[in-house]
Amino acid sequence: MVDIFIMGKRYKVPETLTILDAMEYAGYQMIRGCGCRAGFCGACATVYRMAGGYELLVGLACQTKVEDGMYLAQIPFFPGRKAQFDLEEIKPSVAHFAQLYPEVYRCLGCSSCNKVCPQDIDVMQYIAYIQRGDFEKAADLSFDCLMCGLCVSRCPANIVHYNAALTARRLYSRYIAKPDRFLAERAQAIENGELDAEIDKLVKADKEKLQELYNNREIEK
Amino acid sequence: MVYTPQLTELMKKVEETRPSRVGVDFPRMTQEERRDVLEKFHPDYNLDGFREIKVGVNKGARMPIEMADVFEAYSRIRDLKFDLKADPHYDVDVLVIGGGGAGASAALEAHSTGADVLVATKLRFGDANTMMAQGGIQAADKPNDTPATHFLDVMGGGRLENVPELARALVMDAPLVIKWLEDLGAMFDKKDEGTMITGHGGGTSRKRMHTARDYTGAEIMRTLRDEVLNKGINVVEFSPAVEIILDEQGRAAGAVLYNLETEQYEIARAKTVIIATGGSGRLHYRGFPTSNHHGATADGLVLGYRAGAKTIYADSIQYHPTGGAYPPQLLGLLVTEKTRGLGATPLNINGEQFVYHLETRDVESSAILRECDERGLGVPLPTGIEAVWLDSPLIEIIHGEGTIERQLPAMLRQFQRFDVDIRKEPMLIFPTLHYQNGGLLIDDDAHSTVENLYVAGEAAGGIHGTNRLMGNSLLDIIVFGRRAGRNAAAKSREIPVPEGLNFEHLDSYHQELDNTGAGDGRIGPMVLPHYTHR
Ligand SMILES: Cc1cc2nc3c(=O)[nH]c(=O)nc-3n(C[C@H](O)[C@H](O)[C@H](O)COP(=O)(O)OP(=O)(O)OC[C@H]3O[C@@H](n4cnc5c(N)ncnc54)[C@H](O)[C@@H]3O)c2cc1C
Ligand code: SF4
Ligand code: SF4
Ligand code: FES
Repeated sequence: MVDIFIMGKRYKVPETLTILDAMEYAGYQMIRGCGCRAGFCGACATVYRMAGGYELLVGLACQTKVEDGMYLAQIPFFPGRKAQFDLEEIKPSVAHFAQLYPEVYRCLGCSSCNKVCPQDIDVMQYIAYIQRGDFEKAADLSFDCLMCGLCVSRCPANIVHYNAALTARRLYSRYIAKPDRFLAERAQAIENGELDAEIDKLVKADKEKLQELYNNREIEK
Repeated sequence: MVYTPQLTELMKKVEETRPSRVGVDFPRMTQEERRDVLEKFHPDYNLDGFREIKVGVNKGARMPIEMADVFEAYSRIRDLKFDLKADPHYDVDVLVIGGGGAGASAALEAHSTGADVLVATKLRFGDANTMMAQGGIQAADKPNDTPATHFLDVMGGGRLENVPELARALVMDAPLVIKWLEDLGAMFDKKDEGTMITGHGGGTSRKRMHTARDYTGAEIMRTLRDEVLNKGINVVEFSPAVEIILDEQGRAAGAVLYNLETEQYEIARAKTVIIATGGSGRLHYRGFPTSNHHGATADGLVLGYRAGAKTIYADSIQYHPTGGAYPPQLLGLLVTEKTRGLGATPLNINGEQFVYHLETRDVESSAILRECDERGLGVPLPTGIEAVWLDSPLIEIIHGEGTIERQLPAMLRQFQRFDVDIRKEPMLIFPTLHYQNGGLLIDDDAHSTVENLYVAGEAAGGIHGTNRLMGNSLLDIIVFGRRAGRNAAAKSREIPVPEGLNFEHLDSYHQELDNTGAGDGRIGPMVLPHYTHR
């Protein structure tokens, strides 16, 4: 068992638990600060400090083991701004982006965002790519972002990194990555009803016939 | 290195046998062997885990005990008084219950036709199973593939128990869905000239699994969420629906929302209602760990059922063969199918393989349960449970060093956080409760058996028969989410604001519970899982 301090209050919990499990063990009914429980949703951002230390540390509650002497609090919500936009009206250009998120151009290069990212993303670098209008690189580098908000909580320039990154990825995917040509043709053919006859035959077939077709279907290597 | 000395000792056996296993394929089971292992070991076939429910429209239907418990329960608003004649807190055309992939798609589609939409969700918008899907999404959009070929895979995989019209809708809409997502700026894996990179999944006859690295569901969810917010659609978070409201003719007409923070109830009146509340892994059928998110507690099934909506295949549950078992922080966490796809094989305590690594999910899970139960060859863990090895280092031997880092970054990162290096150390796994194959019965308009009540996503049933293939669920939530949104919006234009709102269906449900004694004082739906004071 170890001692942890949830918002300053001491609890004894088994040392094998994650922060999230430990809070529940301590008796908390999780409502906020808990989503996927598996490191995918970013709901469980947590700040902590070790007894005797001065450094503020951060982590995802569902992905961080408790340690003896941990003083912790969750940041279940962060009032970061999201710019509303119509994807069909904007373009992947610095001019458009500057209207949505002017603060990204005020990055001080302090790298506080990098130090806190639980996904170890080079956050400062993707902000730099966005500034330069290199949306492809920004999209690639920011892809694993869970939108946990920890970077935002530390940024002296008030940048909302995760929303800026998401906009960059949508711009890249919509306008820079090429559309799948055959996909568009296939969608058109379906809408024209060209593929109805083939499938309707199967929908009407009896189970025996289907089983036979299924068992003998050809499987792509 | 987090394995105990005992486990480290056992791991040596895996290392010893590894050279002799490289390049040797374990034989696949025959059809008979498959049937045998399923019947003896798959939890769906073990009647002890089920009971017939005594109340409601599907009286007599078989359900897992833990599901029957939340169905046979009293409403949490039983002793409360509501003035349903007063102005409601929300008054909209379409109410969408649940903010996952199905709910977001439904909201967007309904909104696009001009309907006034409200999304009510239990946790944050996007805290949902959709966010967690890694493997991919299917669609027949390659020249060597057609929706009909996809249809055959869906039906065969579902043991031909699917509702054919639903499977048809699923595969025919699939390319349209991928196109829709592409246009919304979802970042699929593509070749330079734009062609989607697609691969196989369990049970696919063509390479039609589309991916966004191993964050496919997250990429879809965050794109849809962003778009819902762009459109200014009203989303209320931490406000689960706890009951459906009907109008004087027994048609769906809204829901009671419960603000989890202020503990107040609010009335949402709506011309049409869409249930998109997802799955039920957090009911922990038979004590299994689960891969599901915090809010997967079957609420929508319970609400819909009380309002008179029929269920289908409620007794059919998917166990994923590879859930995390150790270290304990990873219990239940999904180890993506791709890990086996790349060549990692399950091994028993002696480091021997006991099943072909790419059997279907149900068969693979059953074989693991058999290894631990009947054969007694599971690996005992310090946490008191058993597991089998999944030999991930084999991947690096087969495909070369660096493969895991490139192909399974999320997996590598997750185990690394708890000091296991899956490139060098095998994983410890055990089947995890993963997916609800059945749900509320819908037709191909996503309409339930109750008028003006639509259902989409994992809460709906019939599409996948009794076994869903990987990649068809992310697909179904958007196909039927959009259909539900479109049809619910169209319907709302035809009808006036509902009148005579009431809870009479609850009264008669409670009466049945009283008469049969089935309720046993329980309150449902569960809303939040309780893990306090273990
Ligand atoms: C770990 C994991 C991996 C997966 N991988 C894949 C894959 O690779 N490919 C694939 O096709 N499928 C996969 N699946 C399955 C698929 O992701 C889900 O079945 C699907 O996303 C469900 O979508 P949904 O919108 O129906 O439900 P969810 O995405 O779960 O959304 C439901 C929402 O409703 C909310 N809610 C619940 N109760 C209430 C209530 N009472 N009132 C209001 N809101 C409520 C929930 O909190 C949640 O936000 C995976 C599932 C998991 C768990
Ligand atoms: S980039 Fe920011 S929001 Fe995204 S995961 Fe890292 S710290 Fe969290
Ligand atoms: S924290 Fe803000 S100011 Fe500092 S490097 Fe990151 S983005 Fe720039
Ligand atoms: S709960 Fe989703 S990342 Fe921790």
